[in-house]
Amino acid sequence: MSDWLEAAFVQHRPRAIAALTRVFRDVDAAEDAFAEACLKALTAWSESGAPRDPLAWLLTTARHSGLDSLRTSQRRAALLARYGEDVHTMPQDPPDPDEMRDDVLRLLFMCCHPELDRRDQIALALRIVAGLSVEEIARGFLVKPKTMEQRITRAKKKIATHPVAFETPSPQERGTRLGEVTLMIYLMFNEGWSTSVGPDQIKLTLCEEAIRLARLLVELFPAMGEQTALLALLLLQHARRAARVDRAGRLVPFDDQDRALWDRAAIAEALGLLQKAQRINHTGVYTIQAAIAAAHAIAQRPEDVDWALIEAQYAALYALQPSPVVRLNQIAAQARLHGPAFALKAMEPLAGDLQGYRWFHAMRGAFLQELGDHQGAIAALETVLTLGPTTPEITAIKEKIAASQKNLGPASG
Amino acid sequence: MIYAISIYGEPGVFEALPKERQDQVLARHIELQEALKKRGAFISMKLMPPTSAVMVEPAPSAERVPLIVDGPFSETKENFLGFYAADFDSLDEALDYAKMISSPIARLEVRPVAWAGGAMSSE
Repeated sequence: MSDWLEAAFVQHRPRAIAALTRVFRDVDAAEDAFAEACLKALTAWSESGAPRDPLAWLLTTARHSGLDSLRTSQRRAALLARYGEDVHTMPQDPPDPDEMRDDVLRLLFMCCHPELDRRDQIALALRIVAGLSVEEIARGFLVKPKTMEQRITRAKKKIATHPVAFETPSPQERGTRLGEVTLMIYLMFNEGWSTSVGPDQIKLTLCEEAIRLARLLVELFPAMGEQTALLALLLLQHARRAARVDRAGRLVPFDDQDRALWDRAAIAEALGLLQKAQRINHTGVYTIQAAIAAAHAIAQRPEDVDWALIEAQYAALYALQPSPVVRLNQIAAQARLHGPAFALKAMEPLAGDLQGYRWFHAMRGAFLQELGDHQGAIAALETVLTLGPTTPEITAIKEKIAASQKNLGPASG
Repeated sequence: MIYAISIYGEPGVFEALPKERQDQVLARHIELQEALKKRGAFISMKLMPPTSAVMVEPAPSAERVPLIVDGPFSETKENFLGFYAADFDSLDEALDYAKMISSPIARLEVRPVAWAGGAMSSE
């Protein structure tokens, strides 16, 4: 029975902590009060079933137990003296949807404190909003639990001493917060995705939590195209999780992936979301990236991929985000349309900007190999090995080097 | 009489369950589908999360067009998640089948429905 309750608590946690943080003006107090309410719910709901409005029940209970501990805690007596008036005059739970929306956004935005390192922002959101344990987060970031504990404690202190305004934000302020929070969720997914292979399966947890947070944003802001598109994008990427690594933990190149292993239900949902996002008709960076991921997902076979569409989408993305990495992706699409020689030439101007970027050299290596320049290919691939590739990448690169060496043959080598 | 077994619940709770619990829930749906298949024709639909929905609101006046609304929607605690429909011999029989998928995360509603046309296959 308690599994069902745990799942309900996880589902209500972001909204509950967010509303309680506004009430108590303190994240720790909110977390304690929510934990206390869940404990009480375990007994109460097991005996008489879940209430019709579980969130309202949890909020009321948490507010009461939070108030009790505020009264008995020295540290928090000051908080009560300062904000006691608000706590007592607070309207009935749960807050109205608009207020709740701003509460959750504020809590997520607090985690995005500008003085915090990006990874600490992500860790903080995982701890406070998603409710992951410090051990889980530590495993996700491949650090010792003790280290993660210290980082989270430090980060929490920082956000406590630099409080965010609790008034209803202006539309501009809301837009800024939403942009920051959306980017943080996107980066949380990438943190998990970039290395979620081989021994680091735990990193998939980061991807799943990022999807849950993206879903939360869409629930709160259903008419925002970019947030809807972000959820679509993450679902489309994550749909390939089972196909992108083989049994030995090696990365499987996109074209070689067994498409039967792609998560069709996730893709179907994502395509529905993307259509909705595109209807909202604000073409931003997430909508474009989701459209690119969708073009891959709907292709039955690798040769069915609409590379012209993808190339056009990257051109549109480059107009919004003129970075050399986006340009490199556009060139990768051009290579499919116009061949490797065209792509190598197009890559030349990027050599300076991307000399430390291992995908630049990996791409060059692949194109040179295709053109039969095995000396050049080996040099490019060996550069990749000096730029900190992950274990599965090293395996893949070494296999390619070996293939080129074989092609050089005994006479030339 | 055709009865619809409609499933209501809080979106996201199923997804938050541990994998083995999810599998238990799904196993009961598969069991129900097998049982329904044995007794005749049936349909079932799973609705995607409400966040993927778009609403068509009535036109504010006769000379205006209906309004397409992407959200926000009223905060409902329980959502329509999906349904089964089959021609059952009796309400009791429909209830027996509904019980097969009863779980703490879902409230089930059994209600007679009238055929209103159309045809569709899953292919």
